[in-house]
Amino acid sequence: MKKLIALVLALSMSLSLLAGCGSTEESEAPATEETGEATEDAGNDAQPGTTTETSDATPFKIGCTGPLTGDAAIYGIAVKNAIELAVEEINGLGSDIQFEFQAEDDVADGETAVNAYNVLMDWGMQILLGTVTSGACISVAAETYEDRVFTLTPSASSTDVLAGNDNVFQVCFSDPNQGAGSAVYMANNMADAKIAVIYRNDDAYSQGIRDTFISEAEVQGLDVVYEGTFTEDTQTDFSVQLTAAEAAGADTVFLPIYYQPASVILNQAAQIGYAPTFFGVDGMDGILTMEGFDTSLAEGVMLLTPFSADSDEPMTQAFVEKYQERYGEIPNQFAADGYDAVYIAYMALQEAGCTSDMSAEEICEALISVMPTITYSGLTGQGLTWNEEGEVSKDPLAVVIKDGAYVIPE
Amino acid sequence: MEFLSYLISGISLGSIYAIIALGYTMVYGIAKMLNFAHGDVIMVGGYISFCVVTYLGLPGWLSVVVAMLVCTALGILIEGLAYKPLRQAPSLAVLITAIGVSYFLQNSALLIWGASPKVYTPIVSGQIEMFGGSLKISWVTVVTVVICFIIAVGLTSFISKSRMGKAMRACSEDKGAAQLMGINVNRTISTTFAIGSALAAVAGVLLCSFSPSLMPTTGSMPGIKAFTAAVFGGIGSIPGAFLGGILLGIIESLAKAYISTQLSNAILFAVLIIVLLVRPAGLLGKYVPEKV
Repeated sequence: MKKLIALVLALSMSLSLLAGCGSTEESEAPATEETGEATEDAGNDAQPGTTTETSDATPFKIGCTGPLTGDAAIYGIAVKNAIELAVEEINGLGSDIQFEFQAEDDVADGETAVNAYNVLMDWGMQILLGTVTSGACISVAAETYEDRVFTLTPSASSTDVLAGNDNVFQVCFSDPNQGAGSAVYMANNMADAKIAVIYRNDDAYSQGIRDTFISEAEVQGLDVVYEGTFTEDTQTDFSVQLTAAEAAGADTVFLPIYYQPASVILNQAAQIGYAPTFFGVDGMDGILTMEGFDTSLAEGVMLLTPFSADSDEPMTQAFVEKYQERYGEIPNQFAADGYDAVYIAYMALQEAGCTSDMSAEEICEALISVMPTITYSGLTGQGLTWNEEGEVSKDPLAVVIKDGAYVIPE
Repeated sequence: MEFLSYLISGISLGSIYAIIALGYTMVYGIAKMLNFAHGDVIMVGGYISFCVVTYLGLPGWLSVVVAMLVCTALGILIEGLAYKPLRQAPSLAVLITAIGVSYFLQNSALLIWGASPKVYTPIVSGQIEMFGGSLKISWVTVVTVVICFIIAVGLTSFISKSRMGKAMRACSEDKGAAQLMGINVNRTISTTFAIGSALAAVAGVLLCSFSPSLMPTTGSMPGIKAFTAAVFGGIGSIPGAFLGGILLGIIESLAKAYISTQLSNAILFAVLIIVLLVRPAGLLGKYVPEKV
């Protein structure tokens, strides 16, 4: 009996370890389909020896790894869709710079992402427009630094992505910016709020934003009354953290986390009738499009994002219309970041005078020297510039969810 | 007052563990096998209920009935296809098969419903306020605890009073002798699986109401914890599973509140180890010496 129980416990432990891997199974399939399509499109413009004026119009091979399945799939799919859209537009311009695009699934996991990156390298990738999520990007950035592949991540916001890697640049604002930006916003707009923070402390993204938020909150004199943590294993039940936050008298709950645990928090808070102002960051983006999510729960939730789909900028409107027509949904901030990433790469390549017969390494060195000199205006901000570390200068913008859409708070 | 809130959310979580543990313990007690696919039947129950509410637009209570019917059928099917051919095989072979079934269910769910998490709408909403609003108890908690209690009492009296229950106990003691006395052992075991799977469907709905995020792996961690609860209370014993589940929920909730969220699972399993060192058969289990 004892032996049996010991055996079973050992088995159940290994099962629980394996349980996390369960969702990685179907990674390759969706990516390859898309490639076929992309290759075809690019091929039309790039046939050597046809009437195209320049013979060197073979496309640049750009790749992207991101979570196309799993917890953060909404991000990966949005980035992939938007990159496809932008690649098509640029190829349609008929300039010397043509792109061929391939995306690989990494389920937001570091190890899988490195494998996905290697698949792309075997394919002959010259520029990486990824990785979509911070944790995975840290693993991949180490590889691209070694291999000298220029990396422009649309949405990995951790500074660890950039640290020591001269070849990595960001399109999104970085975590310190988000954490500090949130604290500054609260100090300016809700100065006497009693703030609770619930964050995931086994995740670089969440921990990073929380750290800078707390240090900036101290500077600004904000009143942080409670801090609750959770981990990947405990992200299904927040009743304890919410009870503690309420007991501490918090009227604002800062959530530097992704939308999936955030949806559980909003639901459980509603169950116990706790209704503070929830304040999220870019990871909250996507919550409204989760299947089965009751959007009324997110009413009044505030978040920082550089992109609002209902802005009246002509460029934003054109993008939203095209994206919606093609993919049947309103693009989120990640899509906007992905779209901008392609145009930034396009601009930098033109500026550096790169040609597609150059090796990944030559392109990388050329782009590293040109990135700090360019100024780009796109969907996610005007007059964006980059410093040598690869950090972008742009201001986070606060929006509030009203009737299931983002609006600028009055 | 916070202590009371933590205690109540612990009891609520514990009741869910208890319902799952009842399924584990019943199948173990009678068929003498550990059905590791139990946690995944819970996940299927959650998805069925989600689909009935979201795609067919039927009310929540009806989705529970549908989920129970589907899971019962699934339980009988699994038993018939995967476990029945192994009735005479060593227990290790059955254990491995159960793990295989568990993966089969998880990956099938991945194919059918995809990997992106679905948000489950709780079957009941709202809360009761007590002591001038300083203590709030959600209806989900009340419903969970009540259902768990009804199931535990119902199951105990079913097994001790009804004819089928008597047959189950007989099979549990000695399958060969039970068969000689004219009991249809195969049918008895199938019935056990059917009841266990119906319980899993109820547990799935309650679990998703408590924590409304539905993924193909939703059932695995609660399944493992409920198995711990069953061992904790003494595997094979129905009051033991009930007690073990509730205690485990309370320990988890208090550990999260007063010690550390990260360590809550570690504390949970540490308590199990200590209990098994002191009482190898679990809290309410009977210690049966085995000759090797």
